[in-house]
Amino acid sequence: MSHTPVAVVGVGQTNHKKKRADVSIAGLVREAAYRALADANMDWSDIDAVVLGKAPDLFEGVMKPEMYLADALGAVGKPMFRVHTAGSVGGSTGIVGANLVSGGRHKRVMSIAFEKQSEGNAQFALGGGKGASIGAGGAFAPFIRAYIRRSGAPEDIGWMVAVKDRLNGAKNPVSHLKLADITIDKVKESPMMWDPLHFLESCPSSDGACAIIFTDEEGGKKASKPPAWVLGTSMRSEPSTFAGRDAVRPQAAMDCATDLYNQIGVTNPREQIDCAELYVPFSWYEPMWLEAHHIAAPGDGWKMTQSGETALDGAFPVNMSGGVLSSNPIGASGLIRFAEAATQVRGLAGDYQVGGAKLAIAQAYGANAQFYAMWAVGSSLNPLG
Amino acid sequence: MARSENDIAIVGFAQMKPERRSQHTETEMLLPVVNDVIAQCGITKSDVDFTVSGSCDYLSGQAFSFVQNVDAYGAWPPIRESHVEMDGAWALYEAYVELLQGHLDIALAAGVGKNSNSDPSTLYTIEFDPYYLTPLGADPWSLAALQARALLDSGKASERDFAEVVAANRARGKSNPNAQVTGDYSVDDLLSAEYVRNPLRKHDLPPVSDGCAAVILARGKRAYDLCENPAWITGIDHRIEAHLPTMRRDITVSESTKLAAKGAGVDKDPIDVAEIYAPFSFQELIIRDALGLSDKTEINPSGGSLVANPVMVSGLTRVGEAAKQIMNNGKKRTLAHATSGPCLQQNIVCVLEGDK
Repeated sequence: MSHTPVAVVGVGQTNHKKKRADVSIAGLVREAAYRALADANMDWSDIDAVVLGKAPDLFEGVMKPEMYLADALGAVGKPMFRVHTAGSVGGSTGIVGANLVSGGRHKRVMSIAFEKQSEGNAQFALGGGKGASIGAGGAFAPFIRAYIRRSGAPEDIGWMVAVKDRLNGAKNPVSHLKLADITIDKVKESPMMWDPLHFLESCPSSDGACAIIFTDEEGGKKASKPPAWVLGTSMRSEPSTFAGRDAVRPQAAMDCATDLYNQIGVTNPREQIDCAELYVPFSWYEPMWLEAHHIAAPGDGWKMTQSGETALDGAFPVNMSGGVLSSNPIGASGLIRFAEAATQVRGLAGDYQVGGAKLAIAQAYGANAQFYAMWAVGSSLNPLG
Repeated sequence: MARSENDIAIVGFAQMKPERRSQHTETEMLLPVVNDVIAQCGITKSDVDFTVSGSCDYLSGQAFSFVQNVDAYGAWPPIRESHVEMDGAWALYEAYVELLQGHLDIALAAGVGKNSNSDPSTLYTIEFDPYYLTPLGADPWSLAALQARALLDSGKASERDFAEVVAANRARGKSNPNAQVTGDYSVDDLLSAEYVRNPLRKHDLPPVSDGCAAVILARGKRAYDLCENPAWITGIDHRIEAHLPTMRRDITVSESTKLAAKGAGVDKDPIDVAEIYAPFSFQELIIRDALGLSDKTEINPSGGSLVANPVMVSGLTRVGEAAKQIMNNGKKRTLAHATSGPCLQQNIVCVLEGDK
């Protein structure tokens, strides 16, 4: 078949902030794109195609902004593609870009995702622009409440995730939130937003962008910095709601992970995978995803958090970069997960590097916890030996 | 020509008859069309390995509008699924690339658009550069009129040529059961109409349509299980150009279509039938020129997008119509073109070939 190995040879992110008033939308995406090009030791002329992802256009009030961004992203005369799969879009954008290389369509592709949330009102847009929005926190709080009841997890698990991810984020130079002095008490005493979620257990609203440059096996081997190899990708969707749907442990989340593990020969994810970047916009989603992605047994995910296993120096670090709880330009958040997993296996994560990371996974999810995109990246094409 | 497991074909196509204003939701419009195309291929939903659709939140008037549409595809048990904020023709491109990976055999690509929800001359002003173009309030009709004026000034076409494109497409649309605006019109009568945006008259503009369409793609020999005469995708490419029309070298020439046509290998052999997505009459002349088609190529037997134009669907419909020419009408080599953005900013070209 035409399927060829794909390497990540460039990663770039903006300095994520609440409001990047210093740049236009084009300026924002270019900041990430330039950094990815510099990382890959490439320039615009090296890129054969651009894949752009973002969440709903209502966030910025610009319809199909990839049309206007074609110039800023050096896409004139090239193919430019636009993905939108709700919150999982960053992940999908990475997968579509990687597929263009593995399918033999192009040699070098840039996937880029952004959100400039300060241009609009995310709460309004999340409600479909119809007002009376309960927002993402309001939508997910009942699922979290159900998880707590089902698993019997103690109430401080969510606070622990919030502290861990913010302390990780404080080590990440591009993080929106850098809360080095956060404590369990501060989280617990922060205002209740959507019971059981406190303010400090919720993601911020950020301006930011992330770019990844993909190339083929030959390009990966010649790269000036260590590449990350894309070992597997998977996407799954299920309906928003129906009687009998398990929104706490959605079937699509489980199928997506199973498909991914089967592609790379992982039979014991907790042992074989070195670290994970999971889409955790609200603290409790860490234990929920550990279970839904077969890393912990049902009902046991919270024990990994409690024991410190998911901390940066734990046995299974999760969200080493600080995760969505530290930076959340919604449309880019999924691609940031994918990029951070790649950065770990490239050994370029600096202060939040997991020593010897050879195999990392990343996940993004969207809408009513019903769309999933995942990938696995390795320091080599065969990290499991 | 022998086909390999790397070759991908269109094996089914279904569409809703476009209408000025549908009372149905996008999901309701899609469901019968999805069922139709799957039944055509003699398969069930569980045989579809990958589903991808194209639609637009702003047309639907709400964020995440595509989320409900998974109900039309049947996403239980969970499915491999994706979505593009582009015309369904680009959804087809993603499906094609997915099948190229070699792991999956059958994909469904759809496009859906409810254009009746909005006034195009208001809505599409926000599709432009938000800092320099949107504040002008310039709508696509006005920008198209500027492009049409440039074409007239270049001497390459006349207003009569525009009207002839309209008369020809509307006449051809009479035999298309899925056309919305058809009939016999004299060019002189058309030319006597008032301008909407000088030099464009109402008939030079596309109708406003609600609609959807879906195609099934299959990889390798599996295609023959689903269709007697698969329409093999032997070339497909898409390109974009500068956003601001004033930044383009010459807006009477579609450089991105030329590049896409080259990438798709259009000129390797004669094209029997070309389905062109030209939302505005005169743009058909620009695209025909850019594709380098000979006089022997039959253009838009369906009537093209001047007889029905569900935005986000029209491009995929062109691909489906071009595929039908091979699957049902025994043509050998056909072409589909689709466009997006102001003044033909982005274009995709797909070449299809039959075995006979």
